[in-house]
Amino acid sequence: AAWKGGLRFQVSAALKEGRVTPTELCQRCLSLIKSTKFLNAYITVAEETALKQAEESEKRYRRGQPLGVLDGIPIAVKDNFNTAGIETTCASNMLKGYVSPYNATVVQKLLDQGAVLLGKTNLDEFAMGSGSTDGVFGPVRNPWSYSRQYKEKSVPKSHSEDKDANWVITGGSSGGSAAAVSSFTCFAALGSDTGGSTRNPAAHCGVVGLKPTYGLISRHGLIPLVNSMDVPGILTRCVDDAAVVLGSLAGHDPKDSTTIQDNFNPFELPNLTDISKFSIGIPKEYHAPGLSSEILALWSKAADLFKNAGAKVNEVSLPHTRYSIVCYHVLCTAEVASNMARFDGLEYGHRSDMNKSTESMYAATRREGFNDVVRGRILSGNYFLLKQNYENYFIKAQKVRRLIANDFVKVFRSGVDILLTPTTLSDAVPYMEFIKEDNRTRSTQDDILTQAANMAGLPAINVPTALSERGLPVGLQFIGRSFQEKQLLTVAKWFEKQIKFPMIQLEEVKRHDHGVFQHQKSASFS
Amino acid sequence: LAPWVPVVGLEIHAQISSNSKLFSGSQVQFAAPPNSLVSFFDASLPGTLPVLNRRCVEAAVMTGLALNCSINKKSLFDRKHYFYADLPAGYQITQQRVPIAVNGRLSYSLCIDNKMSQMVTKTVRIKQIQLEQDSGKSLHDDTRSQTLVDLNRAGVGLMEVVMEPDMCCGEEAAAAVRELQLILQTLGSSQAVMAEGKLRVDANVSVHHPGEPYGVRTEVKNINSIRFLAKAVDYEIQRQIEELENGGTILNETRAFDSKLGCTVPMRDKEGKQDYRFMPEPNLPPLILYDAKSLPANMNHQQVVNIDWIHERLPDLPSVKRAKLVEQYGILPEHSFTLLNEDGLTEFFENVVKQTQMKPKKVIGWILNDLLSYLKQHSLTVKESPVSPFLLADLLNLLEKKEISSTAAKQVLAELWKGEGKAPLEIVKEKELELIQDQKELEQICQAVIDGQENEVIMMVLG
Repeated sequence: AAWKGGLRFQVSAALKEGRVTPTELCQRCLSLIKSTKFLNAYITVAEETALKQAEESEKRYRRGQPLGVLDGIPIAVKDNFNTAGIETTCASNMLKGYVSPYNATVVQKLLDQGAVLLGKTNLDEFAMGSGSTDGVFGPVRNPWSYSRQYKEKSVPKSHSEDKDANWVITGGSSGGSAAAVSSFTCFAALGSDTGGSTRNPAAHCGVVGLKPTYGLISRHGLIPLVNSMDVPGILTRCVDDAAVVLGSLAGHDPKDSTTIQDNFNPFELPNLTDISKFSIGIPKEYHAPGLSSEILALWSKAADLFKNAGAKVNEVSLPHTRYSIVCYHVLCTAEVASNMARFDGLEYGHRSDMNKSTESMYAATRREGFNDVVRGRILSGNYFLLKQNYENYFIKAQKVRRLIANDFVKVFRSGVDILLTPTTLSDAVPYMEFIKEDNRTRSTQDDILTQAANMAGLPAINVPTALSERGLPVGLQFIGRSFQEKQLLTVAKWFEKQIKFPMIQLEEVKRHDHGVFQHQKSASFS
Repeated sequence: LAPWVPVVGLEIHAQISSNSKLFSGSQVQFAAPPNSLVSFFDASLPGTLPVLNRRCVEAAVMTGLALNCSINKKSLFDRKHYFYADLPAGYQITQQRVPIAVNGRLSYSLCIDNKMSQMVTKTVRIKQIQLEQDSGKSLHDDTRSQTLVDLNRAGVGLMEVVMEPDMCCGEEAAAAVRELQLILQTLGSSQAVMAEGKLRVDANVSVHHPGEPYGVRTEVKNINSIRFLAKAVDYEIQRQIEELENGGTILNETRAFDSKLGCTVPMRDKEGKQDYRFMPEPNLPPLILYDAKSLPANMNHQQVVNIDWIHERLPDLPSVKRAKLVEQYGILPEHSFTLLNEDGLTEFFENVVKQTQMKPKKVIGWILNDLLSYLKQHSLTVKESPVSPFLLADLLNLLEKKEISSTAAKQVLAELWKGEGKAPLEIVKEKELELIQDQKELEQICQAVIDGQENEVIMMVLG
């Protein structure tokens, strides 16, 4: 059904009009989660509480008093956000069985709006990784691995080959959330983004992944990786939905001193038809080594699309881009070493049986609780923080970070509104290939196009663009000015409308597909 | 033997007097049931963030101003990392790079001799004041081989006051700390009671020969009172001198003061050569303070801390109070020190002065000699005195009107201590201590005495 825009969206409209009830919606999602269990997208499914929340929502709809657009909408949350009463594990042995007594601010806000929390999604342990393969609950599988589009394009190597062996990764670290949205088990999901952890899996799973400006959304309750770069990320099936979720989350939180004080006004995205007022910048350094020719071509096509529609499209330069990986590595590991110091087994979480002394208990607890990736970063980080190294590594990296941020300032000051870049170097690789390289190497490679935005604190969004030759999603990234999410999302939405990214053709979804999902190009709540 | 120059510096931690902790909303309270005042942040639950307590900032600014410091309009917070059971996050939030106040000075006074008859003023430079978190408490239960951790104190706000090594002995250190204590209590920024752990002092001690560079210093901890501070410092100075004169060396170590034995002993090396891996605290933006000049016009007064506003509202500091007492009442400077040194004594004194015609210069003697020594003998505070200002004033009035002699007054006072509720006049009458004013009556009495002692009189007259 055509909609007139505004903050009322198709599923929301359907709920409001009673064409579907929150309970039905919730049950369908829970059922779909069960039949897509092989994706391993969810660590915890909160079936009971979700159904209760759906019931409450239903009562409100019957009274004609829904809390808002998100009332009754099933959502999923990455398992590094605190959820009261529901296990929060960060996909780590350290927090297996940990039930937090409080909700992260963003979780609370969603619940206050009536959203239905289906469960906690899988990730790389403590959000360290770019594949969602390094958590203790196993890797997440990209739903597109099982899509008709991918299966059609993939050549079976032999008859005896397990048709499952070729499944591809989701990207990471918010792979579970991306997979959940991509496979229709929820309508929106929270991820986190420190170096690209929301945008990367969004690109590989063919969904919208928004990284908001640092300081716009509260991090209270988000278990931190790098406090100075982390942001809660938003994953949805279309740009309008991302704007809705953003509207419900953004704003000052007194519990988070790094959120800005300014009032935030939720906005509706205009249906932009005239893109000619915009100036799009194409940073040449993002033509990075290893960028697939496919994505390069797609990027070029996109630039042409804007040009032909009348926008100013120019090449720009962000000269310090090539230092960003190393800079990120130093600052990230240093903060990780610090943030992980609290995991000593005393107050909560895993505690080793070793009790010869406090020190030995700490050591055993941390060895048992953390995987290699986490321990590796702690060691590196502590090294960089040593008195004799601090100046040469940490301080230097902070200075380089400033230079990287200034690159963006200069470009935006020169009149460019939005930057257009690829999000990833290639489409999703098969898991068997991905694990041939270690986590550090992979992160180094995969973060290159995304983490400068985290260093500079800028908003950025992945918009699914096209399918690769292998039938897998490829996305493009837009980077905007600080706190100019409205402008960023407006341009992203225009682009989304031009390209009409295809819907995933998943057997499991088809079986559940009736009613709400019918007749929609991208089943979203907008 | 060449003379030795002892050098003493102090690191003082004063617990901030506030309702809630430095970075979280849990309550600050002494002697509460274990782990009953612990917020999620204090317990270092993952995902919790620090939120700066405004009152703690104001307390630090007040203290900085009172100690003549420059207040840094921009100061920063850092993480200091080490693993210990009473430090849940594995790091303490402190101010290592740029603290809130720097470059101050504290003046204090000492008696040249023991009789409080000559006072000399000294100054110690204040290097800096920084805001930081207190840790929890660990109780070692050796019989059960376990450590019990109480996090009530974890996260309480502290002001660390660093005094440069300008002092030379235990007496100076004690006097400096005493004065700091009085200042903090006057400001209300800290209750500064050492016995309750609200004021903790670590001493840095070294000795050297004049003209030579400073010697290796030791840090002395576990000092629980001002009296022990003086003892610990003096002991350590002596120990170092003896060690060096015997050809030994001083280790740069931490030593604990053993109050029972009156000596310092090496502390169990709990941290070794620690590298604290300082790092900026990323969850707290720089602390910006304003003054009248820099305050933006439209800024909400509630949102900012204004240094000038605080400055204007500082109460009279002890040194000012003393000077006023001396000027107003004509008492000696030494007297004013004693008055301020005893909690409530100034008030008592002023109350008596108000209610008596006796000159303050005379009243002070009664306060400092009679009242105070009695209180000390019986370990009573001024508040616990059985003799109220009213009663004492009453007594002094009798003396002033020459109705009794000063000897008699002392006798009456001795009776008043019993706290039986009798008025001075009553006691005077009971004990027949009235001074006889009538000349004739006096002559009669004298005559009667002489009459009764004829032989002695004759002997006296004959020489």
